[in-house]
Formats: sequence, C-alpha cells, structure tokens
Amino acid sequence: MAMSFNQTGDGEWKLDVTGYSCPHPQMYTKKALQKMSSGDVLTLVFDNPSSGESIVAMCESDGNDVFEREEASGNFVWKIRKA
Amino acid sequence: MDVNASTTKPAPGLKRPNMLYSIAIVLIVILGSVWALSIDNRFLYLLVYVWFGVIYGIFLQYGRFCMAAAVRDLFAVRVPRMAVGMMIAVGLYALVASVVTLAGFNTFHAHPLGWHVLIGGLIFGFGFVFTGGCASGSLYKAGEGNMNSMLVILAISFTQAIVVAESGWLNWMAPEAWVASAAAKDMPESLSVTEGWFDLFTAGYFWDMKGATLGEMLGAAESPWAMAFWNTFVNALLPVIVLLIALYAYYYRKSYLRKSGLANPSLKDEISGIWHMCISSKNTAIAGIFLGIFAGLHMWVTGVLREHYEIFNFGELLSAMGYTQGLSVQDTVFDPGYWYITTQEAQWGAWVLEKLGIDMMDNIFFGLDNGIPNPLLNAPGFMSIGIILGAAILANARREFKWKMPSLETATFAIVGGILMGIGARLAMGCNIGAFFATVTNGDPSGWIFLLGMVGGGYLGVKVFTKWMDWKMARDGGCDL
Repeated sequence: MAMSFNQTGDGEWKLDVTGYSCPHPQMYTKKALQKMSSGDVLTLVFDNPSSGESIVAMCESDGNDVFEREEASGNFVWKIRKA
Repeated sequence: MDVNASTTKPAPGLKRPNMLYSIAIVLIVILGSVWALSIDNRFLYLLVYVWFGVIYGIFLQYGRFCMAAAVRDLFAVRVPRMAVGMMIAVGLYALVASVVTLAGFNTFHAHPLGWHVLIGGLIFGFGFVFTGGCASGSLYKAGEGNMNSMLVILAISFTQAIVVAESGWLNWMAPEAWVASAAAKDMPESLSVTEGWFDLFTAGYFWDMKGATLGEMLGAAESPWAMAFWNTFVNALLPVIVLLIALYAYYYRKSYLRKSGLANPSLKDEISGIWHMCISSKNTAIAGIFLGIFAGLHMWVTGVLREHYEIFNFGELLSAMGYTQGLSVQDTVFDPGYWYITTQEAQWGAWVLEKLGIDMMDNIFFGLDNGIPNPLLNAPGFMSIGIILGAAILANARREFKWKMPSLETATFAIVGGILMGIGARLAMGCNIGAFFATVTNGDPSGWIFLLGMVGGGYLGVKVFTKWMDWKMARDGGCDL
C-alpha cells in the first residue's frame, strides 16, 4: 500500500490513497488540489468512507466541483474539477 | 460546488448491496438477547447496554461521526463539518439529560477538575490525530472492517490496563504529599495503594478533590429548575451556541457569503449562514441529533432499571445471579449507566493480562472500583461490541464494509496513537465520550477543559503529522506532490 499522485494527461491527475484511513486521504487530497491548476480534473481513489465527508466539505468550501462519484463495496472513485 | 448535482453511480462490475451480512448481524443480536434472557431475565440490564451500543454504532457510521475529526479537520483541512455535528449532539444530549434529571433517573456523577483533565485531553488529542479516530470513532470504523481501528482499540485497552496496574516503576514521579494522603486513606492491604503511581494519583490526588456540576458549585442543588438552568443552559447550550458562532465565523462564513453573493450581509443573512453550516452535512447533523437523544434515553432506561432491581451497580445483580468472579472488593463492576468507552476497554486488557498470570486486581481502579469481569458479563463492554456490530450492520447495508489491513506505516500510527490515547484517557479519567460528551451535557464543566486539551493536542498532532507527510513524500519521491 502506497499513496500515488501522478499526472495522467493534459489537465488530468490521479491520486490513489487506497488503504489509508483518516486523516491521510483528505490531507493528501488538499495537497493534490493545491498542486493543480484551475480547471484541472483530479481522479481520487480511496476506501475510507469518513474521509469522503471531509473531502466533500473541503471542496464545497473552496468552490471545487465533485462532479462524479462511483461508490461500491467500500471503494470510492471520485472526480473533482478544481475551481 | 453543488454536490447534489454530481453523479453517483456504482463502480462497474461491482455487486448490488448485499444485505445478507447486515441481516445476519441483526439476527445474532436478537438470538443472543433471547439466549441471555432465557438464562436469567435479569440480563435485561446488560442487554440494554448492547442495544444502545448497536444504536450508537448505526448512527456513528451513518454520520461518519468521529470526535477526532471534529478537532483534527479544523486544523488539517479547515472543515468544521464534524465539529458542528458534535455541538448538535451536545445540545440534544444536554436537553434530554435535563429531562432525565428532572424525572429523577440521572445516573451521572461529576468528575473532579484538575490539571489531569487538561493534560489527559492534550495527550488524548495528540494521539487521535495519528489513529484516525477517537475512542468511539475507532469502534465504528472497526465495524466497517478497518483493522487499523482494531489495533487502536487493542492499544488503548492494554495501555490503560498497564498504566493502572503496573505503574510502580513511575512511583518516583509521585509527590510525597500523594504518598502521605494515599497512606492515610486506610484502604484494604490487598490494594497496595502506596505501591503504584496510578494508585497514588488516585488516592493521593484525585480523591482529595470533589467533582461538582455547575449548579452544585453555585449552590443551586435545592432547586431542580435552577439546576437545569445552570447545568443545561449555561454549562451546555450557551457554550454550544458560542462555539457554533465561532465555527461559522472562522471556518464557514467566507465561503458562504461568496457562494450566496452577499457583500454586506444582514444579521438575518448571518443567522441563515449558521443554519446552512449546521445542515451542510445532513448525515452528520441527523447523527448528532439522534446520538444526543439516545445518549440521554440510555441514562433514563438504566436509571429506571436500577430502581426496578433496587441496585446501584450491576455488580450487585451479577452477585445475586451467582456470578462473583471478577467483582471488586466492594462487589462492584464498571457500570456508568450511560455512554462510555475506555474503562471497559481497560477491563478487556486487564482480563487478558490476568489470564496470562499477572495480578491486575491489586489496585484501586480494578480491585476497589471497576473489577475485571469476564468479557461475557461485562455490560459496558457489550456496549462497545454493540457499536462495532451496529456500524457493521449499516456499513454492509450501504456497501461500505471492506476489510482493510494495516501497512507498517498505518499499524505504527495506530499503535503509537492508541498508546497515547490510553494514557490520556486514564489521566483524564475518561475519553472523548466519558470525559467530554457525557460531562458537559450533564452540567459538569470539566468536560470543556478536556475539550480544550483535546483541541491543543489535536493542533500539535496535525503539525507533527503534516511534517511526517512532507518528509515521507520527499523521501519516497515517485509522485508529483
């Protein structure tokens, strides 16, 4: 298990924090979004449900858009567009 | 961002929600309850703890309700979601507790207030940044299949048991005044109260203070309505209102005004903003409301049962049923009558250590007060197991259950953080539930001091955790952060 954050295309990034509990996913997501430019899209992969609540609230506060959420069997794949 | 406008869909190739596991757990609880009652119907007293534990677990999982997040996320990601939920729960619990008190069924006893509450809260708050969950949060996350949280529970359990029963090597830290005061207490020789740091702390320091609710401190004990005013309104509801306004001002107002397009907000706009903050995470707010209500009802039901069985402590009932093993010298066991977490975990750890041949009853904590009952007869212990089961019921129903195994990094955090939480909980004589949630809601101001310690510890913990993350990313490379 290791965190990974990579650029996957033009304006597209992927952060995988599978296996990590609070507060890793939300803190890594915050750092990842800070690194990205406005309009870039982050694909976020995680499996800690409670981090999702914090990430939604964090995005809402900063104006970032969680525009797609796939959720099943404890695995979450979200797409976030940076404001 | 409009979260409601986002699309939510199941990941491709994954199955529909499997309710079978949830139904199986519900059946286990029902059949276990019937079995216990068939042995002796007085086990109803123990089962009340189980059932309230299941309810707590369901709502904790529903709202992702974790008091570690309430403190940590303020500093880590500037998110007040959980802090707001926690304040809602405090407000509701306080209101129900007030009714329970007026009805004469309150089981709460105020905690003595001293430096130990602040220091204990500080250590506890520092630790829970690394474990990823508070005492109750770790239980519900264990119910989601998170084995890191199981490690946290183990670390909390054994640390507390060792701190309480095997702290003689720390005697040099006990002031002479504690030793003299403890020796003067005339305790049974079997407890050897002058031979362990925690015993000296308890008998030589803690017992020399008196716990009191705010109403009692202000001499209002004769008037139930005056007590309700001081204990419920002044000690609980007023601080909740002040803290909600502070959370709004520091963490929510700016983004709310930006999204609402309000350049010069009126008082009405500001109140509307506070309301929006409270309902911004509906799950958390709903969980806060119901956890508060059920925590109060729990006290009520236990109080009624104590009156029905004419007991003050479950140990009397166990003794009457013929179960005398593991009772304290006073024939008592730990039986708070309300939501509590860490003391029963200490009993679990002590029970295992005693089975390994270590004498765990030669101290005040277990030998005089709480006993070390068999886990199958540990009523508050079953409340904690109920929390795990309740969370597992809902996590399976929501397709969120997943066995999550620890890595070396997360296991280290879980164990070290859990050890710190265990030390903090014993120093403060409680955790985020016993030393904070149950106290402030029942008129005991010591809980706010514990919260102050938790906030300080959480702030320091986030600083250290951030440095760890930065160091790790610089060391590992291989990513673009």
